[in-house]
This record gives sequence, structure tokens and C-alpha cells, in this order.
Amino acid sequence: MKEDDFLKGFSVLFKAVVGIFVLLILVLGLGWLAYQNPDILRPSPQIAETPTEAEPAMVAEGDFIEGEHKLLVVANCTGCHSGKLVTQNRATREGWTNMIRWMQRTQNLKDLGADEQKILDYLSENYAPAEQGRRANLVVDEWYKLGDLR
Amino acid sequence: MAKRRDFIKKSTLAAFSTALGANIIFGDKMLAGYTPLAVEQNTPQTLFGKHKDMRTLNDRPWNIEAQAHILDDKITPADKMFIRNNGIIPKPDQDTWVLTVEGESAKTKKTYTLGELKSKFKAYTYQLTLECGGNGRSEFNPPAKGNQWTIGAVSCARWTGLRVKDLLADVGVEGDAVYLAYYGADTHLSGDPEKVVISRGVPIKKALEDETLLAYQMNGNDIPIAHGFPLRLVAGGFPASASGKWVNRLSIRNIVHDGPKMTGTAYRVPVKAVAPGTEVPDEEMGIIESMPVKSLVTFPKSGALIQEGQSLNIRGHAWAGQLEVSAVHYSIDFGSTWHAVRLEKPVNRLAWQHWSVQVNLPEKGYYEIWARATDSQGKAQPMVVPGWNPKGYLNNACHRIAVKVV
Repeated sequence: MKEDDFLKGFSVLFKAVVGIFVLLILVLGLGWLAYQNPDILRPSPQIAETPTEAEPAMVAEGDFIEGEHKLLVVANCTGCHSGKLVTQNRATREGWTNMIRWMQRTQNLKDLGADEQKILDYLSENYAPAEQGRRANLVVDEWYKLGDLR
Repeated sequence: MAKRRDFIKKSTLAAFSTALGANIIFGDKMLAGYTPLAVEQNTPQTLFGKHKDMRTLNDRPWNIEAQAHILDDKITPADKMFIRNNGIIPKPDQDTWVLTVEGESAKTKKTYTLGELKSKFKAYTYQLTLECGGNGRSEFNPPAKGNQWTIGAVSCARWTGLRVKDLLADVGVEGDAVYLAYYGADTHLSGDPEKVVISRGVPIKKALEDETLLAYQMNGNDIPIAHGFPLRLVAGGFPASASGKWVNRLSIRNIVHDGPKMTGTAYRVPVKAVAPGTEVPDEEMGIIESMPVKSLVTFPKSGALIQEGQSLNIRGHAWAGQLEVSAVHYSIDFGSTWHAVRLEKPVNRLAWQHWSVQVNLPEKGYYEIWARATDSQGKAQPMVVPGWNPKGYLNNACHRIAVKVV
């Protein structure tokens, strides 16, 4: 082994040791800070300036079922109201058409032009009514032991 | 902060529009009031201090419901009260708030500051049941459009304010008065400032009842903003949409009020029962007045596992619109046999009534506990979903919870 190689190897080792040392200080330091003030680890909550400051808006497009014309529906149906108002509803093509007419008649919705048929295709395909009878079975989110038998 | 937000709003809107390859409808108007959700994750908990188990059906406008097990309190606290909004919540200034009372059947037109309403009129406090007309809509088949409420759009808080009848006496009411209409300060989702979001009300007879209040307090505090601060109507027993929020104008009408959401299929049901899915002409629809008899099992929460041999105390509330509840029964065998519970009287007219009973579950297995209330005219809750109507109102089918003995 040449002396140069030895020095190079030593230099690499030295840098690595220093690096680990610095990292250790950082971790310990942050740990100490977190111990002193646990809040720094939590994301700071979004606090509205007044409760009405920010009505939330667009539902994430991810909340809509994937399908042809999805983005068109997101663009046309979440300007005024939340996408949740769409995705929680189920209707036939006729039913969705009636909703559009109602919004046009009473809620300032404009003429949707050629897009209307595409929007109706998407909605009637992906948000069609399911036959649920006169009373559905109970759905239990989570079975739990009832501790308090008062 | 505000400037940064505006900048983010504008750039985000542009980004959204680009990403979608289409313009966002009313996007220009959206700037004024909204921040896209991707930018600001507001929740009912951060915005309104709601309980973690409140379910958000819709976040623009806000529509949030409770679940049966969080409605266990005898007096509904603010954090467990459902929100049903039609438009955008206003930003009221109580120092400058003015109520105007007018209309065809008003003898004079008068205005009142909040201070005048509080000092000039005697204050009354009642616990009043408010239930959304569409509570239970999610069970109708074929489905009805709108927010898909399950069972949590009901509350019974203590409201304090002046009697509407005292206010009307101060203004003077002509003999031909038919309806009392409200207007509020909330604004339309489309951003159109001229558009009234919702303007309903109650028949004069209901307005003149002792318990019909123009309220400025809820549970002893200022009314929370989401529930109508600083002033709202409270007409217990009627669909809650009759109890207007952020009220700044009352109109004493000489006709049945014809404001937005008073006509067509809004808060109206077929006068005579129709087959599910029927298209019903306007003239065969009638305005919902008294809500039907109903009850909830608020303890235990559905899904309880119980040790064999241990008895179970169940409890809940029952209410009957304009009437009183005369009995509540429960069944543990899918409605084959029914047993009476201990039912309390209401603390005042139009308040829900509390019931409780000890239940013995005879052996290991799966049970459903069903509760069924009967009103003072002998009408009981149905076990299946009642008569279909176009907008899915008035579902008072009995509440059910599931339990297992293990």
C-alpha cells in the first residue's frame, strides 16, 4: 500500500466518523428538544382566523370514482358545491339529468353544452342507484367489549 | 397571512384549471370565499370544535351529522349538534346587527338592534328538539337527491331568546296574516349576492306558540356561528329548516310564504301516499309541518359485546314533533315481541324525552335491539322505511343497534 492510498483511506474514514458524530449530535439534540417541548413533533393545527374565514372547497378529485370524463365532472360539478354532494348521491341518468335541470333553473348553473352528455355518461355509470330494499342490514363498524354495564 | 392566502388561492385555482384542462365553473367567484381543499384542510373539528365522531356529509356547504351514541347527553352540547347549511356562513358583527320586521300583514315596519331585542323583551329558555326534515334520507329507495343523512340530524339544546309572539305584538299583526318568513345573512354558493339561499318560516299559528323563539343563546352561551350567531328562529317540532339561522329580517306574510325552499319538492311531501319513484305534481305536495314520532338508542353504541348472564341497561331519547311521546317499546327479537321502557316527561313542551330500561339477553348470540316510540295520538314508528317521497323526508323507521352476547 502506498502512503497516498493510506492517507486517502484515512481521510475517508475520518470524514465518515465526523459525519456519524455530527448526525449523533443532531439526533440527540432534536431528541432533547422534543423531550423539552413535545409539541414540535406535532404538525401545527390549521387554525382559521375566524371560524368562517375559510369555507373549504374542492373535494380532492381522488374522491371521485375513476372513469372516463371524471375530470370533466370534477371541473363542472365542484365550482359551487363540494364534490361530496355528488359522490354521496346515486341516481339514474334521468335522475342526474333532473338534478342538472334543477340547478340550472334555481341555482345559476349555466348550460353545459356538449359536455352534458359526457357528464351524464360518467354519473349514470359510476353513481347509479343500488337496490337496497325497504331496510338494509345493520353494519357494525367495530365490535367492542362493553366495559361499563351500568 | 391574508395576502399569502390570496396568492395561494389564485395560483392554486390556475393550477387546478390547468390540471383539469377545463375552467372551474364559477372559479372567479370561488376566489372570494374559498380556499381549495388541497391548500387548506379545514375540518369540522378545527373550524367549529365538533366532536371527533361527527360525520361530514358535505363540506361546501357544511352538512355534518352526529351518530346515535354521541347523542347520549340529555341536553345536546354544541360539539355534538348537526349542521345543515344551504349556503356560505356569514361573518356577523353583533354590534351592528339589525333585525327588520315587515311584510304585507305587519302593521308597521320596525327595526331592532340585538341590544333592544335583549332588553326590551322578556327572555325565555326552552329545550327544543330540532330535526332536519331529511334525517334518514339515505334509506329511501329509489334514492332521493340531497345530503344522505342517516340518523344524526337531530338535536335538543337549551335555547334562550324572546318569544316571537312578543315581537309580533310589538310590531302589530293584521288579521289576514298567514305565515312568518325569515331571511338570513348566509350567501349563495354560486357567489351571486342577489340570490337568497333559503327563506322558509312557519304558519302564524306556530309563530305565536310560547316555545317559538327568536334565540340569541344556546346552552347559556352565544349561539355558535355554525348554528346561527347572533340570532336565529327556533321552532321546535317543525323540520329544522323552519328555524332560520343568522336571521336579519322577518316578514309577516298574508300568503303561505313562497321563498326559496318553500315550493316544489323542497320540504314538501305527497299529500297522499305514492308508489316509490312516482313523479308527483306540485299541487299534490304539501309543506311538512310537525315532524313524526321518532326515537334513538343512544347507549350502548351499536356493536357492543356483552358477557353472558349480565344484564344491560339501554337508554335513549324520543320525540314526536308538535306532540308528546306517550310510550316507547323495545324488541330484542326482530319485532316479534315488544316491551315497555321507563319514559320521562319532557322538561318542557317540544323537548325530547328520555327513556331507559334494563334488558335481559337470554343466551349467547347476535341480537338487534329495536326501539319504537308512540305519540300521544297513537301513531307509532314503522319498522321499515315509511312512505316514499321525492326528496326523501320524514324517515322515522325505528332505530336499531346490534349487540352480541359472548
